[in-house]
Amino acid sequence: MLEFIQQLINGLSLGAIYALIALGYTMVYGIIMLINFAHGDIMMVGAYVGFFSISILGSNIIVAMIFAMATCAILGVVIEKVAYKPLRNSTRIAALITAIGVSLFLEYVVLYFLTAQQRVYPDSAFPLHKYHIAGLVISNKDIFIIVSAIILMIILQYIIKRTKTGKAMRAVSLDRDAAVLMGISVDKTVSVTFAIGSALAAAAGVMIGLYYNTINPLMGIIPGLKAFIAAVLGGIGLVPGAMVGGFVMGVLETLVSGYGSSMYRDAVAYGVLILILLIKPTGLFGKNTGEKV
Amino acid sequence: MLKKGFGKKVALLVLAVFILSIVAGCGGNTSNDAKEGDKSAAGDTIKIGINCELSGAVASYGDNARNGALLAIEEINAAGGVLGKQLEPLVRDNQSKTDEAMNVSAALVDEGMVAQIGPLTSGAVAGSTPIAMENQIPLIAPAATADNVTVDDKTNKVRDFIFRVCYRDSDQGRRMADFAIDTLGVKTAAIFGSTSDDYAKGLAKYFKEQFEAKGGTIVAEEGFMNGDKDFRGTLTKIRGTNPEFIYVPGYYTEVSVLIKQARDLGINVPIGGGDGWDSPDMIAVAGAEALNNTYFTNHYSVEDPDPAIQNFVKAYQAKHNKLPDSFAALGYDSMKLLADAITRAGSADPVKIKEALEQTKDFAGITGTMSINEFHNPVKDIVVIEYKDGKQVAR
Repeated sequence: MLEFIQQLINGLSLGAIYALIALGYTMVYGIIMLINFAHGDIMMVGAYVGFFSISILGSNIIVAMIFAMATCAILGVVIEKVAYKPLRNSTRIAALITAIGVSLFLEYVVLYFLTAQQRVYPDSAFPLHKYHIAGLVISNKDIFIIVSAIILMIILQYIIKRTKTGKAMRAVSLDRDAAVLMGISVDKTVSVTFAIGSALAAAAGVMIGLYYNTINPLMGIIPGLKAFIAAVLGGIGLVPGAMVGGFVMGVLETLVSGYGSSMYRDAVAYGVLILILLIKPTGLFGKNTGEKV
Repeated sequence: MLKKGFGKKVALLVLAVFILSIVAGCGGNTSNDAKEGDKSAAGDTIKIGINCELSGAVASYGDNARNGALLAIEEINAAGGVLGKQLEPLVRDNQSKTDEAMNVSAALVDEGMVAQIGPLTSGAVAGSTPIAMENQIPLIAPAATADNVTVDDKTNKVRDFIFRVCYRDSDQGRRMADFAIDTLGVKTAAIFGSTSDDYAKGLAKYFKEQFEAKGGTIVAEEGFMNGDKDFRGTLTKIRGTNPEFIYVPGYYTEVSVLIKQARDLGINVPIGGGDGWDSPDMIAVAGAEALNNTYFTNHYSVEDPDPAIQNFVKAYQAKHNKLPDSFAALGYDSMKLLADAITRAGSADPVKIKEALEQTKDFAGITGTMSINEFHNPVKDIVVIEYKDGKQVAR
């Protein structure tokens, strides 16, 4: 039982990271029906910005995270304006392929300028403390990740439900043309969505750097993919779905490697995607809303 | 009407270009045979191919091995070269990828190398092996320890042109098992190793064999994949089985993170591994504290008071501002052995070099005195290193 709880704790911090990345996927899909495959790589850029902030500017972890979030928010908006906006009225396939192109571009630009050598997050950024509670080992990193992720999600919910920008985001994702008729600037709303999503991804990137210590230019691919599965699992386009989906994926992965074999970990993650698409494609929280003419 | 005919013509043109390029690619080999004749009489330099992992997952191995090899070439050339000619190194990066290693070897053959040093990992050497065998170029692997590098395990025949200067995994794995039982006095062990390559799988297998043969019990056997970063789930599971020792064969990229996570989870028992652990990144990632009470089998010890070794350490440190690790020492030894073989062969003809390599007896290297046996393997000692406060100490 103790081991199970320990595995749960391991899974929750992993899940928090997936949830933050999944939120970006789901918000962008909700608003412009695009699966932004470059999202995992924005997370990677965030991790690198955090790394340089800590090692060159000597900032502490919170400042580094905020700096990374700001930088990636800007990066997200720029990518949207350059790569996705011109294709807003094209087929969705065109936008999807462009997203893959942006993803490769980000990866290999970073690879070119910063080399494939992995970088190590200095321990001084967040010295480890282990707490032994009732036979369980919880580190302050676990607590930091889970708590910051929850705080960020609460802020996000507040923005979406209580602010005008959030209202605009909800309106545009419901019906873009009607939103334009209501006087909502679609361009601005889409930019804000990208900014928020990318900022969350950057936070996740810094957390990964903190937790796993090493970062490299291709680190965004697999977590990005798993976060995408998490978003689909919860219901793509639905914010609570992404949060729940992320935690479920994290816990599931840890339990599989803890009780089954770590070799099947990835297979189970992708198996979940296949299953959910076969059984309930709209996701756990999704409703079957037919297109109203 | 015009469009329809035009489309067909373009398609035919594309097809023709396609076929021509395939034919040109196949024809490449014949031009090689013509070159082989002039290899032994090639200019004023003897070209040595250095096929290393200079980027990617295990860049630290290739980087240091190349440094060692180039240091050796510098010393040899300064003393007059080999057979009156200077050695010319052709250094290429195989990006820690097996297929790239094969491409690099093929490119080096085209450039006229008479022998190849590297790659470092057993997997990448397997990639280069067909090129070396086909083109009859001797390949010296500085650090590839999988048993099947020099001997094909399906036919049990020696791979004619492949040699190594390091010991095999069967020797390494068994040495660690001996160390665990005899020196550390443990009775139970868990194995948590990489399953992505023959190197780690071989080490795990030989460790288990020897550990059980000496009366120990393996309480858990788990695996991870190269590229994994999260080991906590499996580590928690292993922690539940209470092993007195954990054997972690694998490369430093994953092992460093694994050890850190193990210590974070409160696993404080001794942890052991193989020569894949040897890299400055281990300390950078895992931290000196996490590495206390860990041991690994290695090729030489930087503290060995032998003057030849200390001269090498000083020269390397002066040039690169850091201590040479085993890969640097093995790269150095590979190059010195090659130069020695060329001298003995009296010619830079690849086939004669191969024959001279086969007859190597009591070659004094930094990593030990070695004689190449009939399986193209050296017979030499294995050192166990302990990490103490971030420093490597011989046991």
